[in-house]
Amino acid sequence: MSNATTTIESLQPSSAAKFRQRTLPILIFAAVIFAIPMTDPSRTMYSLMHQIGINIVFALSYNMILGKAGLLSFGHAVYFGLGGYFCMHVLGWIEDGVGPFGNYPVFFLPLLGFGGGALAGAVIGWPSCRKAGTTFAMISLGVAELIAAAGFMFDSLFGGEEGISGDRMNGPEMFGLSLGPIDEVYWFIAFWTVVGVIGMFAFTRTPLGKLSEATRDNPQRVQFIGYNPQQVRYLVFIIAGGFAGMAGGMAAVNYEIFTPESLSLIPSGFVLIMAYVGGITYFAGPIMGAILLTYMQSMMSDFTEAWLLYLGLMFVAIVMYAPRGIAGIVFGFVDGIRGGNAGAYFTAWIIRLVGCLLMLLGAIVLIEMSVRWSNGYGEVFEPFGLHLGHTNVLTWILIIVPLVAGGYILRRASREEEEGAA
Amino acid sequence: MTTPALSLKNLSKSFGPAKIINDVTLDIAKGERHAIIGPNGAGKSTLFNLISGLYVPTSGTVSLNGTLISGVPPHEINRMGLSRSFQVSNIFANMTVRENVRCGVLHSLGQGYSFWKNIGTQKDVNAKTFEVMEHCGLLDKANTPAALLPYADQRSLEIAITIAGGADVILLDEPTAGMSHSETDRAVDLIARATEGKTLVIVEHDMGVIFNLADRISVLVYGEIIASAPPSEIRGDPKVREAYLGDEALPEEVV
Repeated sequence: MSNATTTIESLQPSSAAKFRQRTLPILIFAAVIFAIPMTDPSRTMYSLMHQIGINIVFALSYNMILGKAGLLSFGHAVYFGLGGYFCMHVLGWIEDGVGPFGNYPVFFLPLLGFGGGALAGAVIGWPSCRKAGTTFAMISLGVAELIAAAGFMFDSLFGGEEGISGDRMNGPEMFGLSLGPIDEVYWFIAFWTVVGVIGMFAFTRTPLGKLSEATRDNPQRVQFIGYNPQQVRYLVFIIAGGFAGMAGGMAAVNYEIFTPESLSLIPSGFVLIMAYVGGITYFAGPIMGAILLTYMQSMMSDFTEAWLLYLGLMFVAIVMYAPRGIAGIVFGFVDGIRGGNAGAYFTAWIIRLVGCLLMLLGAIVLIEMSVRWSNGYGEVFEPFGLHLGHTNVLTWILIIVPLVAGGYILRRASREEEEGAA
Repeated sequence: MTTPALSLKNLSKSFGPAKIINDVTLDIAKGERHAIIGPNGAGKSTLFNLISGLYVPTSGTVSLNGTLISGVPPHEINRMGLSRSFQVSNIFANMTVRENVRCGVLHSLGQGYSFWKNIGTQKDVNAKTFEVMEHCGLLDKANTPAALLPYADQRSLEIAITIAGGADVILLDEPTAGMSHSETDRAVDLIARATEGKTLVIVEHDMGVIFNLADRISVLVYGEIIASAPPSEIRGDPKVREAYLGDEALPEEVV
C-alpha cells in the first residue's frame, strides 16, 4: 500500500462497513423487537423478554466500567438498586400526586433512574475512582456490603425486608400506553432497551469513551497526553451508574416492587457473570450474555434444581478456555468461516463442538445423578426412559466414557492447532 | 535575556537515604536540542520523571517557560506544553495506530472530556491525526492494532503520540534503544523533523545519535551534572572521558 493513495477518508471505515457494523445490527435488533409481539407470546414469555431487556441495559452499563475502563466492580447492583428505589418513591409520589414529580409520566421514569444512578455513582465514585485495580475492586465490595446492609436498616427509605411496592398505572399516559397490560409494558421496555443500547454504543464513539479505553490500557500514558486518568474513570463511572440506574427504573416499572436484595452482592455478581460470559471485549458481548443468562435463570430452573451449578461450570469454562466470551466464539467463528480455509476451519470447529458436547453429556449425567443421590429421596435421574441410579453401571459408563472421550478429542484438537500454527 | 524553555534550579530527589538527583541546575533555551548522557543508573530517567511531573522533587524547582511546574500533576504540565516519551514503549496496546494518535491530539484541540460528540466526525481531530501519522510515516499502518506493530514502529508511534498534542518542549527517553542501525537512522530523521523549531531534551546511549542531533550535551554522573557544553567541547573534556566514556572511542567527526 502506498502513501500516495492514503487519504483521511480512506482511513475511516467505508460507508459499507459502517452499514454492516452499525446500521445493520440496529435494524435487525429493531426488527426482532417488532416481530416478538406478532408471535403472540405468553405471559411467561413476556416477563422473560422484559427481564432480558432490563438485563441487557444493566450488563452493558457494567461493561462500560469493566470492559472499557478496566475497573472490576463487585457492587454494580448498588446503582441499579438505588436508581430503581428512587423510581419506586417517584411512583408513590405520582400515585399521591405530590411533590415535584407528582405529575411525572411513568413512561419516562427510567430517565429519573438514570439521574438517581448517576448521582449515586458521583457520590460513591468520588473516593473509589482514585485508585484502579485491586483497591477499586475492594472498595466496590465494601460499598456494596454497606449499602445492602443499610437497605435492611432504613425502613422508610428501602421498605425493610418486604421492600417498597407501587402502581405503574398512575400519572399522565404517554403514547396511549396505560402500562397496565403486559403487552403495553413490552413497548416501554423495548423503547428503553433501544435507548440504552444506542446510548451506550454512542458513548464508545465519543472522546471520553475512547479515553476510557486509553486509561484501561495505559493510565500513565494518559497523563502525558494531557488527561487525568482519575477524572476519566470518575466520569465513566458516573455515566455507567446512570445507565445502571436506568435499568433499575425499567425494573421498577416492570415489577412494581423493589427489595433491598436488589442492592446486594448477588445481583452484582450476576451482572459480572452476564458481562463476562457474553464477552467484555465486544460491545455486543454483554447483550449476548444478558440474553443467555436471563434465559437460563428463568427457564433452566424449571428443568433442573442444579442450574446454578451449570451456571458456575459455564462461567469457569469461559474464564479458562474462552476468555473473550460467547461473542468471541461467535465472531471468531464468523471470521474463521470468512477466512481462507473455510472447509478446514469448519471441520476443526465441528470436532471441537463434538468434544464439548460429549464432556457436557458426561457432566450432566454426573450432576443430575449426584443431586438426586445426595437428596436421599430415592429419586432417580431418568432421561429417555433410562434408569440412571448411582448403583447402575450404565450410569458410570455414561459419565466416564463421554468425559474421557470428549477430553481426548479436545486435547487432540488443540494440539493439532498448535502444530498447525507452528 | 529571554526566559529559558526549561529551567532546573538546585533540583534534588532522594528515595529514602538514596540521593538519586543531587543539586542539578540547568537552563535549556527555547529551540535548543539538548542531550543528557551518562552511565547506567546516573539518574537520567529520574530527571525526566522530575521534569514531567511523575515525581515531586525533594528540593529545588523546575520551571517551564518561566512558570514553576514542580509539584504540578503530569497532565497539567502536559497541557502547559511539555510532552514526553518513555524508555519502554508506552502506548495504548489494544487500540489501532490511528486511535492511539487520535488520543494524543484530543486535548490540544479542546475536546476535553466530552461525551456528547462523535469522535469520528470531528474534522479537526481527524485532520490533525492524519497529519501526525503522515509526519511519522505511520499512514500505511493506521488501522493496525498497536500491540501487533514491529518494535521500531512502536517506537515511532511512541514519538507520534508524544508530538501529537503540539507541545513545544519535547522530552524523549532513549528513543532509539534496541533499534538496528537503519532503524536508528530513520528514527533520528523522524526526531529531527518532528521537533523542528521545538525545544528537545533527549536521553540517549547511542553516541552517533547524540552528536548528530544535539546542540548541547549535559553529562549526568551519580545524579550530578559534571559538564554541559556543545558536542565538540564534550568530546575533548577529560572529566567526561574518565567518568562516562571510559575506553570507548568517541566517533570522530560525525557528518
